[in-house]
Amino acid sequence: MQKKGDTIRFAQPPGIVSYAAVGGKKEAEGPLADAFDLLVTDSRCGEKTWEKAESDFARYGLETALKKARLQPDALDAVFAGDLQCQCTASAYTMRGFDVPYLGLYGACSTMAEGLALASCLVAGGMMRHAAAMSSSHFCAAERQFRTPLDYGGKRTPTAQWTVTGAGCAIVSPDGGPPYVRGVTFGRVRDYEITDINNMGAAMAPAACETILRYFEDTSEAPEAFDAIYTGDLGLVGSKLLLQLLEQAGLPLQNHKDCGLIVYDRETQNVQAGGSGAGCSAAVLCCHVLPALRAGQLKRVLFLSTGALMSQTTFLQGESIPGIAHLVELSATLPEQNEKAARQTDAAAQAAGSPKRQKHAAGRPGAAAEPGPRPQKQPGKEGAAQ
Amino acid sequence: MRPDPKKYDEMCKRASPPSPLLKDCVWAFCIGGAICLLGEGLRRLYASMGLTLTDAATLTSATLIALSAVTTALGWYQKLAAKAGAGTLVPITGFANAVVSPAIEFRNEGFVTGVGAKMFIIAGPVIVYGMLASVAWGVIYYFLRPLMGG
Repeated sequence: MQKKGDTIRFAQPPGIVSYAAVGGKKEAEGPLADAFDLLVTDSRCGEKTWEKAESDFARYGLETALKKARLQPDALDAVFAGDLQCQCTASAYTMRGFDVPYLGLYGACSTMAEGLALASCLVAGGMMRHAAAMSSSHFCAAERQFRTPLDYGGKRTPTAQWTVTGAGCAIVSPDGGPPYVRGVTFGRVRDYEITDINNMGAAMAPAACETILRYFEDTSEAPEAFDAIYTGDLGLVGSKLLLQLLEQAGLPLQNHKDCGLIVYDRETQNVQAGGSGAGCSAAVLCCHVLPALRAGQLKRVLFLSTGALMSQTTFLQGESIPGIAHLVELSATLPEQNEKAARQTDAAAQAAGSPKRQKHAAGRPGAAAEPGPRPQKQPGKEGAAQ
Repeated sequence: MRPDPKKYDEMCKRASPPSPLLKDCVWAFCIGGAICLLGEGLRRLYASMGLTLTDAATLTSATLIALSAVTTALGWYQKLAAKAGAGTLVPITGFANAVVSPAIEFRNEGFVTGVGAKMFIIAGPVIVYGMLASVAWGVIYYFLRPLMGG
């Protein structure tokens, strides 16, 4: 394990043994519908309250992930979980049904990356054998807590985002991959004095920018080495702002994707600036990113969950909204496999007398150890892999 | 590296899509106008049934409030309001919706601590400051009235 700056990279990257995503009715109407493990079109899950329904979503997520890994709950050394409800009750109430150690996290919508990063660190450090990271959100539970009652006739602003009803759960184990967790960067709180609760993307973009810059500074990697850089729920506005901030910092991104813009179809689903919520990045990670890594359609990605850390109280008291973003580096192969494959390709290229391989050198993990200035944009081809 | 708050605020404004004002206004005008037309239709209907104008007006308000409460409970009012905006907010139906929606929402928290306590979370300020404004105007009117020859 190697720590540089805020980034921890694992000498023996833990794998993600299984993952599961659960979605609600609106998610079932969205472009990722086929990818979800489970879709529940009754947003109440047959319960009396939205809060109980959210716990059910989380429970379905954890149960499905365990089932896919062929594990019993008692095989888990810990569950890192969080949600948006006051005092993280959705996760805590879910964990009443599982007799395993539980660590409640509150990182707002950044919880999935936070949980996955913590679970990976403990598994990579040999402290745990199986650790689950889980996060959930529910549109109705979040609306009534942070905004107005559901039946209140208000009009949503074009910058507002739609809280995802769903959950995602990933189980980390030393020998579970692919996909592998190669490294993590824990984020720092950033507050650029945004006070509009209906424009959370703008509040979170600076934190995402900060974490991305720190990751590339700490690792000397180039953005082109990744098939995609996913952010959690910046939505339309936050994504635009992130790209502008990164460009101003000298790191223009060509391969940025936002889970909030993937989970819904903004044209037809009336979700304004896109999806959000702790379940947004969790569900998209578990139904879209991780399966593509396992299938080899994606080779290397950076996954960030972004969180807005305000409460209804601080909002009403006129406080600005602090943002945070945690980063997880994921890959379809282990570093040594990459190097082996690269050596083979190099040998083949040399045999064929092709000089083109040199172009890709900066994108390979082998090049990561080379000291150098902040990587500049190169005309890499990897970004188009998806 | 960090832009100053003013500069970031400008960046946010440029990145945020504006509200479609013309479309919003047309929707508000049409739906708000339709609710008022319905009110006027009801008033005339009640008047034609032999009620005094005051009674007809009171009954019209009561009917609109009842209609708003029922459509709120059915989840229709919110769907209409998502399009109509101020068109459903300004008429008396909007006020009824603001009372009924939290009452429905918080029934799981109990009839006293939920429905009773939360019913006026949106409409409460309107009542408080509406009353305060009428008291203030009453005082002003008290002093103005002799000057106006009253």
